Amino acid sequence: MKNFRWFVPTLYILFLMAPIYWLLNMSFKTTNEILGGFSLWPKDFTIDSYVEILTNPVWYNGYINSLSYVLLNMIISVSFALPAAYAFSRYRFLGDKHLFFWLLTNRMAPPAVFALPFLQLYSSMGLFDTPLAVALAHALFNIPLSVWILEGFMSGVPKEIDETAYIDGYSFPRFFVKIFMPLIASGIGVTAFFVFMFSWVELLLAKTLTSVAAKPIAAVMTRTSSTAGYELGLLAAAGVLTIIPGAIVIWFVRNHIAKGFAMGRV
Amino acid sequence: MNKTQNNKAWFLVLPVLAIVSLNAIVPLMTVVNYSVQETFGNNLFFFEGVRWFREVLDSERFQDSLLRQFSFTGIILAIEIPLGVAIALSMPKKGIWASVCLVLMSLPLLIPWNVVGAMWNIFALPDIGLLGYTLNAMGFDYNFTRQAISAWFTVILMDVWHWTSLVVLLAYAGLRSIDDSYYQAARIDGASKWAVFLYIQLPKLKHVLTLAFLLRFIDSFMIYTEPFVLTGGGPGNTTTFLSIDLVKSALGEFNLGAAGAMSLIYFLMTLLVCWLFYTLAMRGEER
Repeated sequence: MKNFRWFVPTLYILFLMAPIYWLLNMSFKTTNEILGGFSLWPKDFTIDSYVEILTNPVWYNGYINSLSYVLLNMIISVSFALPAAYAFSRYRFLGDKHLFFWLLTNRMAPPAVFALPFLQLYSSMGLFDTPLAVALAHALFNIPLSVWILEGFMSGVPKEIDETAYIDGYSFPRFFVKIFMPLIASGIGVTAFFVFMFSWVELLLAKTLTSVAAKPIAAVMTRTSSTAGYELGLLAAAGVLTIIPGAIVIWFVRNHIAKGFAMGRV
Repeated sequence: MNKTQNNKAWFLVLPVLAIVSLNAIVPLMTVVNYSVQETFGNNLFFFEGVRWFREVLDSERFQDSLLRQFSFTGIILAIEIPLGVAIALSMPKKGIWASVCLVLMSLPLLIPWNVVGAMWNIFALPDIGLLGYTLNAMGFDYNFTRQAISAWFTVILMDVWHWTSLVVLLAYAGLRSIDDSYYQAARIDGASKWAVFLYIQLPKLKHVLTLAFLLRFIDSFMIYTEPFVLTGGGPGNTTTFLSIDLVKSALGEFNLGAAGAMSLIYFLMTLLVCWLFYTLAMRGEER
């Protein structure tokens, strides 16, 4: 019995890999071969689809746009959340619990509810079709998430460290940057990972808030998928390329993922 | 941790409060505004009271998408939670293989949602997709763009593919936090594997499983992109879930009043669940 334990995870991973393999398979086929019929691997191996994506500005700008609002969102979310998380983990103040709950409700708000009002809000602010608009909109669910995860990590740092630092004559900002932030470095890493994840995978808001100049890769792809059929190879290649940044990020935080989840704070 | 009472801590929270308020309160009030007014264009609005709410709640369209939404959420929860726990239980405990499992299993979580939809579209095409071709070759009549049952099967399988890993990761983390002494005590008592699961592992997992359950509930309740890209809500309206319906009537038909009322009803439902979640999770943590 014991020797068969690996069987379940292996089967599950095979199930996970099957659609990804199929995407890879399609991305290396020529259009003729794709439409020609079913085949388990590419017979006319070609990298034309990838070449097209990496040389056509419509395509590669999509990646640049996506990455720029994700990074912008990461900076906004983490830097805003840090002091707030510290307040929640160290102090009791008027209305703290209500505030915390209210923040959380925003993590639970369906983006579909906010799509139209966001469009109007950011248009009237003159931010429509900029990466900043998407980054700010994604902050709606990423800031509460960051506060939540960071608060968990900060509560793990004993309070005596703060007090000792104050006695040693550190001011609050100096203490926070020089002593406290290095202590919760792994927490900041895990937070950045989840912020990256939720901003990278979200499409509804990103698509609603952009039209031409800041169009995310995901929206570029929807355009191709609606013209159907003959551009399947391109679509597949673009899909494969969107998996890569995520895979790289996972590799970096692989030892922290379980811990981040374990805190029960996603 | 015993916290100090200090109202100056508000200053630390202020930046977050400002940016989230901008994002949450202004749009929410816009929605409230729409939900009680009627417009004939030209920015002329007339107060309508609760008419939109009554209309939405009475409409068959809303009731149907709500029913579809609950069926979908119920089915995926019934599959993903037990499956996730079973996989977490049989995963390697440490070493290189544990890392390999974690990395490979997290992969679906980091794929943009529309790519998930597009990927499954290609995977399930009846003539050239691996899944569709295999099913048809095995003698099933499968075509997810034409048959409601096939479409549902594909959407559910896709969600299981996409999100079971989240349950696995949570359950795995929960299992790792169980102290070895529990297992030793169980061995001395000669407890069976089933008894160990029922009396040690399951109670210890209660907290993370509550969390997994509610996270999956909320996220599947808001599902939009994946089914939209995969089936476009069809065939007919058979896979039109709440979010798809809402976006259709707000951004597609520009039916502001009805969409506003529907948004609020929708938001209140998730808020109720959120409150439940918060109370349950916080009771476990004793904060």
